[in-house]
Amino acid sequence: MISSLGLILLCQLIGEVIVRGLGLPMPGPVLGLVVLLLLLLLRDKVRGLAVGPLANGATEGSIEGVSRVLLANLSLLFVPAGVGVVQKLDLVAAHGLAIAAVLVLSVVVTLLVTVAAFVVTSRLVAHKREPS
Amino acid sequence: MSGSPFSLWVYLAQSPLLWLTVTLVVYAVTDAISLRTRRHPLANPVLHAMWIVAAVLLLTGTPYTTYFAGAQFVHFLLGPATVALAVPLYQNRRTVLQAIVPMLAALVLGSVTAIVSVVVLAEAFGLPRDVVLSLAPKSVTAGVAMGISESLHADPSLTAVAVVLTGITGAIIVTPLMNRTGITDFRARGFAAGLAAHGIGTARAFQVDPLAGTFSGIAMSLNALVTSFLVPLAVTLLIP
Repeated sequence: MISSLGLILLCQLIGEVIVRGLGLPMPGPVLGLVVLLLLLLLRDKVRGLAVGPLANGATEGSIEGVSRVLLANLSLLFVPAGVGVVQKLDLVAAHGLAIAAVLVLSVVVTLLVTVAAFVVTSRLVAHKREPS
Repeated sequence: MSGSPFSLWVYLAQSPLLWLTVTLVVYAVTDAISLRTRRHPLANPVLHAMWIVAAVLLLTGTPYTTYFAGAQFVHFLLGPATVALAVPLYQNRRTVLQAIVPMLAALVLGSVTAIVSVVVLAEAFGLPRDVVLSLAPKSVTAGVAMGISESLHADPSLTAVAVVLTGITGAIIVTPLMNRTGITDFRARGFAAGLAAHGIGTARAFQVDPLAGTFSGIAMSLNALVTSFLVPLAVTLLIP
């Protein structure tokens, strides 16, 4: 488990170093995701890589197991940021309703546009692949 | 035994241990209730943990910075959890590659909609300029959104709250809304959840369907990338 956690942190660290070093306008952990994905893909090609946290099979301490635990509790990680609302009570009193309305409307519109774009494009692609 | 219960409280209230424990225990309870209600959208564990902990802080007069000294250990894990999204992505790589074209179309349209809609609506509702700027990156995960907010000289702590509220809203409405549209493609539903409501939407999507969760995670990470580029652009174009 420790080696898997270490590998995840290492990927994040590599991501941060590259992002800061090159001044890229993207978050470090996202680049860390790409690094870990490349490692996993490479593991299937290079036999020697399938050791330690990268060993095949989703055992408890493997990278698969540790990631599953982290992702299963993803929503917990947002609680501290959300509690930050206590610092903004004056703003909530002044503009709370307007902010809530804006956020709800924007989320509904975004969900509908995204799902529609996905479904429509998916049908267009399927149509092209098998013209009948 | 020296010292009164009050001095014990004064000691504990300053220690990271107390506030880390409060965060975990309150979440464990709200999550257990969510499970009991068979993951009813309104029993969202983040929503209820958030107001309960906030109420405890207000009632005890604890400053947020004291609370965060303990809660930061949980907050820190947002980064590693983003990296961990590589695993479901890897495990579902074939399904993902097959859907690459619809994903890119949904990513571009969705990301633009998320930013433009919130800026236009916030201006229409007459919100102050710094609030509008702070709301703009609300659809991406907390750490990323706070970074964007900082680079715009907006208010990162307000952005963090907007991000969490957006995530909770998305997680609550996504299932009823999607059921109403009659769309049963869980790839599309998950992708929309992750794009509009980042990690909290992704947590919700994993509860509904594993494939939806995977696509939600992909949408969340891709949107973090795209939004970092789009928000500064949109802000210069939309806000006079």
